Amino acid sequence: MSGTVKISVRDLNLYYGENHALKNINMDICEREITALIGPSGCGKSTFLKTLNRMNDLVENVRITGQICLDGQDIYDKKLDTTVLREKVGMVFQQPNPFPMSIYDNIAYGPRVHGIRDRRVLDGIVEESLKGAAIWDEVKDRLKTSALGLSGGQQQRICIARALAVKPSVLLMDEPTSALDPVSTSKIEDLMEELKKQYTIVIVTHNMQQALRVSDKTAFFLVGDMVEYADTKTLFSYPQDKRTESYITGRFG
Amino acid sequence: MRKKFEEQLSTLNDEMIRMGTMIEENIQKAIDSLVKNDIEMAKDIMEKDELVDKKQKEIETLCFHLLIQQQPVARDLRVITAAMKMVTDMERIGDHAADISEMTLFLADKDRNPTYDTLLKMAAEASVMLIQSIDAYTKKDREQAREVIAHDDVVDALFCDVKRELVELIRSNPDSGEQEIDLLMVAKYLERIGDHATNIAEWVIYSLDDRIRTEE
Repeated sequence: MSGTVKISVRDLNLYYGENHALKNINMDICEREITALIGPSGCGKSTFLKTLNRMNDLVENVRITGQICLDGQDIYDKKLDTTVLREKVGMVFQQPNPFPMSIYDNIAYGPRVHGIRDRRVLDGIVEESLKGAAIWDEVKDRLKTSALGLSGGQQQRICIARALAVKPSVLLMDEPTSALDPVSTSKIEDLMEELKKQYTIVIVTHNMQQALRVSDKTAFFLVGDMVEYADTKTLFSYPQDKRTESYITGRFG
Repeated sequence: MRKKFEEQLSTLNDEMIRMGTMIEENIQKAIDSLVKNDIEMAKDIMEKDELVDKKQKEIETLCFHLLIQQQPVARDLRVITAAMKMVTDMERIGDHAADISEMTLFLADKDRNPTYDTLLKMAAEASVMLIQSIDAYTKKDREQAREVIAHDDVVDALFCDVKRELVELIRSNPDSGEQEIDLLMVAKYLERIGDHATNIAEWVIYSLDDRIRTEE
């Protein structure tokens, strides 16, 4: 695999109580690429995504072994501050979830948490983030109105802008377009193409055509195993594992 | 799961067999009409070529629908794209059957020399290649496809035999040169049919291939 490794995963195992949800995952995620995670419901792909910014820490009874390094640093290191980690690794969810506040305050929320108070600095971050998420032109005249008044597709781009505001280097996206119509989906996909010039993106998607359209590499998960990981075009043209072929051709899943 | 898709793929298989049968019959009849000097049959073949063209378009449309509706990947995608490529070669074979019939019309009023043995053998071998290449596609039989490709040498060798025989005929009777040249054209069409059958067989292997190809 080409490219600089941004995230390296070694012998990762995750247990929810007795349930062995991720089994010995080894994977290198490359910088400024889009990596898609596919697989049937319950295969572990979302769980895996959440291990990348330690969102699973909050789950009861969870036990994680192995190592995940971001830029060479172990993110499960006891000394590591998860707030700092989540500043570097942003996340966008399936349902657009803007805070019930103005568009401006949604974007300024993260930077404020990190101690930025200067109005001009915040103005700059808000504008830059909204432009980065390709929604500036649509909202620049109504920054003080509630983000909840926007359409689903716009709300999702607000959420992306909110993630960008703390200047992460990795963006995790958990089915970011499954609640959106085709036009909004297409806008988000175009946006991802732009974002990957600066960010490393990992996306969970149930839409295989989306994985094909947007991603550079694809990993196929099945009951906690990472069955196959390859260049997206290769994986969808010449899957090497029978289980991958069965899944992508719709024989199960 | 994927019940409708499987039904559509099975329809595609049936249609490929149907088109294969049509062109195989046309080759047989084209050669028969040549040997028997049957002008009506030759004209009939030339008209029937339209049906072959129509079948090609039907299969292409079916493939388009499969691509749009099912958005196939992996082997499914190769099977469908291979069919789209194969029908082009099959249509060309159909054209050659019509071309042979055209030669029958040219030769009709000529004093003909009745030595068609090698040409008939060539027609039989080219037809076998065609039938087996379609059979290999529907049965997903890689080995059979390889045999078809190897068999092209037999047809090529027969072409050289026909050519030699025709040169001999011209030498012994220079006045009949024109009809020998027309017959050489027929042999060339049959040789091309073998080439198209080889292409079909190569697409069969492509459709079954599950190994990664490095970009060539």
